[in-house]
Amino acid sequence: MKAVLTLALKSAWARRLTLGITLVAIAISSALLLAVERVRHDARESFSQSVSGVDLVVGARGGGVQLMLHAVFHSGAATHNIRMESFEAIASHPAVAWAVPLSLGDSHRGFPVLGTAPDYFAHFRHGDGQALAFSSGQAFGEIFEAVIGSAVAAELGYRVGDRVTLSHGMEALGPEHGDKPFRVAGVLAPTGTPVDRTVHVGLEAITALHLEWAGGAPLPGLSIPAEHVRKFELRPKEITAALIGLNSRADVFRAQRHINDYRGEPLLAVMPGVALDELWQALSMVERTLLALSALVVTVGLAGLMATMLASLNERRRELAILRALGAGPGEILLMLTAEGLLVTTLGVFAGCALLAAGIFLFAPLLQAHFGIIPRWRMFAPNEWMLLAAILATGLAASLVPGVRAWRMSLADGLTPRN
Amino acid sequence: MAGPAILLHDVAFRWPRQPRPCLDIPALRVDAGEHVFLHGPSGGGKSTLLGLLGGVALPERGCVEVLGHELTRLSGRARDRLRADSIGFLFQQFNLLPWLAAIDNVLLPCTFSARRRERAEKERSPRDEAGRLLAHLDLAPDLWRKPAAELSVGQQQRVAAARALIGQPEILIADEPTSALDAPRQQIFIDLLLKEAAAAGAALLFVSHDARLAAHFDRTVALSDINRAAVEPAA
Repeated sequence: MKAVLTLALKSAWARRLTLGITLVAIAISSALLLAVERVRHDARESFSQSVSGVDLVVGARGGGVQLMLHAVFHSGAATHNIRMESFEAIASHPAVAWAVPLSLGDSHRGFPVLGTAPDYFAHFRHGDGQALAFSSGQAFGEIFEAVIGSAVAAELGYRVGDRVTLSHGMEALGPEHGDKPFRVAGVLAPTGTPVDRTVHVGLEAITALHLEWAGGAPLPGLSIPAEHVRKFELRPKEITAALIGLNSRADVFRAQRHINDYRGEPLLAVMPGVALDELWQALSMVERTLLALSALVVTVGLAGLMATMLASLNERRRELAILRALGAGPGEILLMLTAEGLLVTTLGVFAGCALLAAGIFLFAPLLQAHFGIIPRWRMFAPNEWMLLAAILATGLAASLVPGVRAWRMSLADGLTPRN
Repeated sequence: MAGPAILLHDVAFRWPRQPRPCLDIPALRVDAGEHVFLHGPSGGGKSTLLGLLGGVALPERGCVEVLGHELTRLSGRARDRLRADSIGFLFQQFNLLPWLAAIDNVLLPCTFSARRRERAEKERSPRDEAGRLLAHLDLAPDLWRKPAAELSVGQQQRVAAARALIGQPEILIADEPTSALDAPRQQIFIDLLLKEAAAAGAALLFVSHDARLAAHFDRTVALSDINRAAVEPAA
């Protein structure tokens, strides 16, 4: 048997060009499948880890998914704001332990700017309830101070004490708030959540930035220097959303109903866990389609292997007859062909894993920048092992087809191939 | 000499979905060490007969004995074993694995048959034995490590002969091994083959359509004489 396998190896080596091309196809397709599965898994992970310890997220009435996207992931735009009075009314409700206002709309070089209260750093939780930590500096105290996430600091090279200028709107090249630079007061430790990509400033700072602005553009001829903003009323009239923590989780449905029935204006309160699930449901169609497509690509790769091997059988007919004459049994012929296919599949899968590792290394920054997903190289998870096993099993099945054909051919041909 | 190397008794063979048998041989006997020329035109059932002798095809009637083993009573596995151990085959052309070096082609029977490996290494290593055979068959040592595909047809046939001879199988079966060679080379090749077969004490069944080659053999048998099935186009 060892002799037969050695011969199979040498024979395969003689056809290394065609088999090599097949191997590359299998490598690329399995890398694609693994990558899709991994991004899917990591995306789900980042999603479910993005916020915890918050009982309700409150915004203007609209879609729950949209509210989550905006308040937690800082993407998209809120259609309506909520009034400060409404927020204060909710915050003073006896069931509410804490309430943190959120105001969104500005950006800094593509990173969203979040206007909030210093409490935010104390109450916000992510993952399994981990609190935010400062890797350097502290929360903002002065009006024109900012706290930046770890990714902002890393990508823009900012440190505590640096001066940064915010721009209006979410576009990287929106009009600048150049007259009112901010000082970086603190840098947060990495969390693997959208917090890493956020610039945090005080709620008052957002108001101060927009004192002389109206309708999304600066009023011509009006300029209020930074040192004079204190003279104005900086308490915002509106905020975008709010995070609410309750004294008792048991009250969550009652509190939710209370907010949804709020008389002052139409509000919406959602439970983050439920809304994240909904958000995930909305995305799972896409995700499943992608996975199915990559599985199809792998199938095409393995079908290519089968076609290559079947095509080679005709030219190898004589080779198989010679082996038969030398004493090889039909079983050994079957083994030889199947081993060849399985070898190419296995090497292809190994190369695919190497491609995946290289891909993660190369594209991690891009994925993180655009989708907030942080892919890391790690050992395969059980579901990924299952995928690898499935590829190998399909490869074995694909190799058995030419194997069985060679077996039948060698039985019919005997010692002299009939062409 | 001891008993028959090959013995056929009342053998009939029919290909699947054929109305009549293509072989119907009442008797054929090749003794141990005997050199027999089997004369038969192309398509006279020669290939089928070789398949029966090699145990890759089974007759629908009668018995085929190789070295005293009744092939129809052996399992497929045992027939493969017997073929590997006891029969050296030589075909018309394209006898070799083209991607394998000449000397490794010669050594192939030793990887499929432990018995032939043991016999090959009785006096020297199998590789040296392969070299000895190749040298006897006048193949220059600088060609031994070349892939078989790079050799000329004549050189390939000599490598194939060395492969058939290694490990001293009791039976050599040659199917038109000289048809790809020109006349002077045919004679040289047959002389070499007869000499080596005699040295190894092997029975030789040499099959050809070319009756002129019969001169050097102990005995000539015409397939058309022993085959009762009418001569018809090959299946």
